[in-house]
Amino acid sequence: MARPERVPEMVDIAVLLKQVPDTNAKITVSGDRVDENAVNKWSMSPYDEFALEAALQITQATGGSLKVISCGPARVTKMLTDAAAVGADTLTHIMVDDLTSLDTTQVQTLLAAAVERSGAGIVFCGKQAADTNSGSTGPGVAEILGSGCVTLVSEVSIEGDACSALRPTSGGEERVLVDAPCVIAFDKTRTDLRRPNVRGIMMAKKKQIEVLTAADLGVGIEVGKVVVNAHAPPAEKPAGQKFEGAESVPEVVTMLRKEAKVL
Amino acid sequence: MDVTVIAESTDDGLHPVTAQLVAAASALGASPTVLCPGGRGASEAAAIEGVGRVVSVIGDCFESFDGGAWAAALGAAAGQGVILAAATPKGREIAARLASRRSIPVIQDVTDLAPGIEITRPIYSGKAIETSSCAGDCVITLRPNAFEPAGDGGSAEVSTVNHSADVAVAIQEAFEKASERLDVAEADIIISGGRGLGNIDNFTHLEAIADQIGAAVGASRAVVDEWGLPHSMQVGQTGKTVVPQLYIAVGISGAIQHLAGMRSSKYIVAINKDPDAPIFSVADYGIVATWEDALPVLTTELAKLQ
Repeated sequence: MARPERVPEMVDIAVLLKQVPDTNAKITVSGDRVDENAVNKWSMSPYDEFALEAALQITQATGGSLKVISCGPARVTKMLTDAAAVGADTLTHIMVDDLTSLDTTQVQTLLAAAVERSGAGIVFCGKQAADTNSGSTGPGVAEILGSGCVTLVSEVSIEGDACSALRPTSGGEERVLVDAPCVIAFDKTRTDLRRPNVRGIMMAKKKQIEVLTAADLGVGIEVGKVVVNAHAPPAEKPAGQKFEGAESVPEVVTMLRKEAKVL
Repeated sequence: MDVTVIAESTDDGLHPVTAQLVAAASALGASPTVLCPGGRGASEAAAIEGVGRVVSVIGDCFESFDGGAWAAALGAAAGQGVILAAATPKGREIAARLASRRSIPVIQDVTDLAPGIEITRPIYSGKAIETSSCAGDCVITLRPNAFEPAGDGGSAEVSTVNHSADVAVAIQEAFEKASERLDVAEADIIISGGRGLGNIDNFTHLEAIADQIGAAVGASRAVVDEWGLPHSMQVGQTGKTVVPQLYIAVGISGAIQHLAGMRSSKYIVAINKDPDAPIFSVADYGIVATWEDALPVLTTELAKLQ
């Protein structure tokens, strides 16, 4: 007797995206703040791209819906449209004019509220954003939602109502199972990112973006508990010494041993 | 001020970053309580100078890693005030969870702390430095090797509490690491290669030197992407941020995103044939030479030190 074929259920996934200065962009400090207007290119944070790609593969295979959520100022629209161009189904923009004025708890509360509103039981995000490199969002949102979370994930698959995820350990890697609702925070994955085609780009332009405020989400925003005092360029290193030719290697090795004491 | 330190443990004891967390707590004027997840490394923690007391937090949930369960169990044992953890994968996840549980802020990957609390951390992968202050309770993770460790000679009392929590993450299967090579995030010396090496086969020259001096082998994003090296080797803004004692960059021009990941290394040696390569701007010792010429001499000189 033929085994009945298992029909995968439709899996809806919420993907949290952050727009950051492109990793190749120059960061300039003017006055005592990073000058965001001087950033020449804003991009989807690189690890979020892997989260989006992984979610696209699952939602497209199961016929589920991919719900993109981002928190930030008006410029975020561009990134949301980019996500729609590769296949995101719904776009939600939590409008916050100055993200740096909020502390982690506040941002996570907004994102968690938007996830609940979306109805998705599975949340994908990057392991950290390329601006602060903190890695707080995934686990923090999971805590608010009362769900499990796996971070630094390089591969994921859906098994019934759970996610099976590959994560690194001190001795190698392990595959873990976490029941939905859950949050998966992605490292770089082994699949290539898809690029939008012309049709995708045209369709994305017409895609509606749902714009929400904190009040719409029922979240009260008080003054953040962390006060940023200043931004500064990194301390200039004193100029190093430069040597010509391979014949200088013995001298450098001697200095590494005797002056720097690192060999 | 009350400060709780979440100890970072290894498979068989205490991770050395724990002594750095204790030193940072002492700098805030505290004799911290050190919580040891699963009780691992408790006696070692008690011997760190400046520790007020050590609490072994024992529970079934510590048999495998689930950040949610660990944070619930550790949170039950931690007092109010400031919580310090290491900015390692586990430390960051526990810190984010603890902060969220208490509705207090978390500030990750901090490189300097002063009473107040005044917090310094790199942002945009070190392209800028942010100083901030937090008046109330908060959770802070510290970048490994950014703080000098506290000495030993402490003799704090060790107590044990039982706290466990529901585990949501179940281990299905474990895979051993294929190579025994050191991880760039853990190594004191890193030798990294870039496009200048010409092709992936020439990484064997870096591996030979790494074996000679006990170094880890790193790589730039360009060669990880183009030559298919493991992402775990990638140093830079979208790879690992490293702070070794010595970083040797071979055939790496020094793209802004690579510099962001290694510029805090204590000493940087750059070997590149292009005298104008940006990597020389962060190098303590720059050698303008081809790798083909420089590496054999380096191998010979390092052999003399053994």
